[in-house]
Amino acid sequence: MAAATASATPLRHTSLYERHVALGARMVPFAGWEMPVQYEGVIAEHNAVRSAAGVFDVSHMGEIETSGPEALALLQRLLSNDLSKIELGGAQYSVLCREDGGVLDDCFTYRLGPERYLTVTNAANHEQDLGWFIAHRDSHDVEIRNRADDYAMLAVQGPIAREIVQAIANAPLPNRMRVEARVVDGIEALVCGTGYTGEDGVELLIAPDDAPAVWDALVRRGARPAGLAARDTLRTEVCYHLYGNDLSSDHGPIEAGLGWCCKEDTGFIGAEAVRAARSNPPAEQLVPFKLTERGVARPGDRVLGGGVVTSGTFSPSLEIGIGLVYLPRERSAIGSEFEIDVRGKVRRGIVAERPLYRRA
Amino acid sequence: MAEASYPPELLYHPEHDWARIDGDVATFGITWHAQDALGDIVYFDAPAIGAQVSQNDPYTEVESVKAVSDVYAPLSGEVIEVNDRLADKPELVNEDPYGDGWLVKIRLADAGEAGGLLERDAYVATLE
Repeated sequence: MAAATASATPLRHTSLYERHVALGARMVPFAGWEMPVQYEGVIAEHNAVRSAAGVFDVSHMGEIETSGPEALALLQRLLSNDLSKIELGGAQYSVLCREDGGVLDDCFTYRLGPERYLTVTNAANHEQDLGWFIAHRDSHDVEIRNRADDYAMLAVQGPIAREIVQAIANAPLPNRMRVEARVVDGIEALVCGTGYTGEDGVELLIAPDDAPAVWDALVRRGARPAGLAARDTLRTEVCYHLYGNDLSSDHGPIEAGLGWCCKEDTGFIGAEAVRAARSNPPAEQLVPFKLTERGVARPGDRVLGGGVVTSGTFSPSLEIGIGLVYLPRERSAIGSEFEIDVRGKVRRGIVAERPLYRRA
Repeated sequence: MAEASYPPELLYHPEHDWARIDGDVATFGITWHAQDALGDIVYFDAPAIGAQVSQNDPYTEVESVKAVSDVYAPLSGEVIEVNDRLADKPELVNEDPYGDGWLVKIRLADAGEAGGLLERDAYVATLE
């Protein structure tokens, strides 16, 4: 029955699908899309991003454009951070909450014009987010546009990522947490100084039809194609949340360790719940961990005495098992030791400092 | 090893394991398909020397960056040797699954069990 249901909705392909297939990528279903999980191998791709540069097709991510005289007012109501702090050409991370503080999505928002903002959503949540934006528009004088089909997204990440993109760009690239319109390899692009790997680099938003040529130019200049598997090991090493694993509507931003991007005074939906959680901390806290013995804990593995692993992988940089775990608050301090049931075997872990990996 | 390969002289188990029989000793490993599906292998939990393994039962695990998988015994017997090199170089299973990436050697309990395994072409047909 599950298979019949799955086949009812065909998987979507990004405009780079043919490139992935030609490169021999292993393609997997991901949030309704057929995406490359790896090309040559996750460790080689991971190391390329840590030591040189990798390029990821993240065109499955969604985009919502909010514009008009009350765009800022609506976004302040929807998103947890203080959007008034985003300068023209700036970027900001925030979460989208329900009234009860449950997290619906985590998003980057870029300010493209004085009254024009672009919010990048997770693929699995995009339609729901869009519906949430529209449902809460009320009397705000804004236009909300679904831009998901207008943009392909390439993440170029690693210590030489900027050098590679700069060589084919018409002007200096924006700094970290900035966005600028540039021409890249002859193609109009929004260049964003953001990423999900802990390395320097940029993310390029371009028209889907233009993406293959830009991809080719980046690969020719030494950016190594990298898949979702490497994206996951890279982000886990630097403790970036993955929606659906570490974030869900069952958890609020405080217990997820995202209080830093919540500014309750802006009056966003869920602000009262977040304020309450801040003054009366929830029972569990999401923290990074390392295993202190061989093995790899995986999402869903239970901590003995309470708690659950939400991200867990082998770290190619540290060569140990690492991850993120919700632990009872009283046992979540850095250095606290605990035991995880990993497929029936007890593995010891320790709460570690964030990020788990830092460039030497 | 980038290209799929399935040597004709081996016997195969449908759970993607192979056996090379030499007299009353058999060498076990996982197939090209298995290592390719798992991706980069990072741990191999070697069984103890002297452990008994039973045909069709899991006897150990291999762990890759992304997943962990049981390894099934194609034949029954007693473990007489394990591939110690895998402790430091588990990637040998990816690089050379039928050679340096072998897992264990066992003394066969029942040579007749080999009749229950697949020849190369029959195994390859299960992958399609």
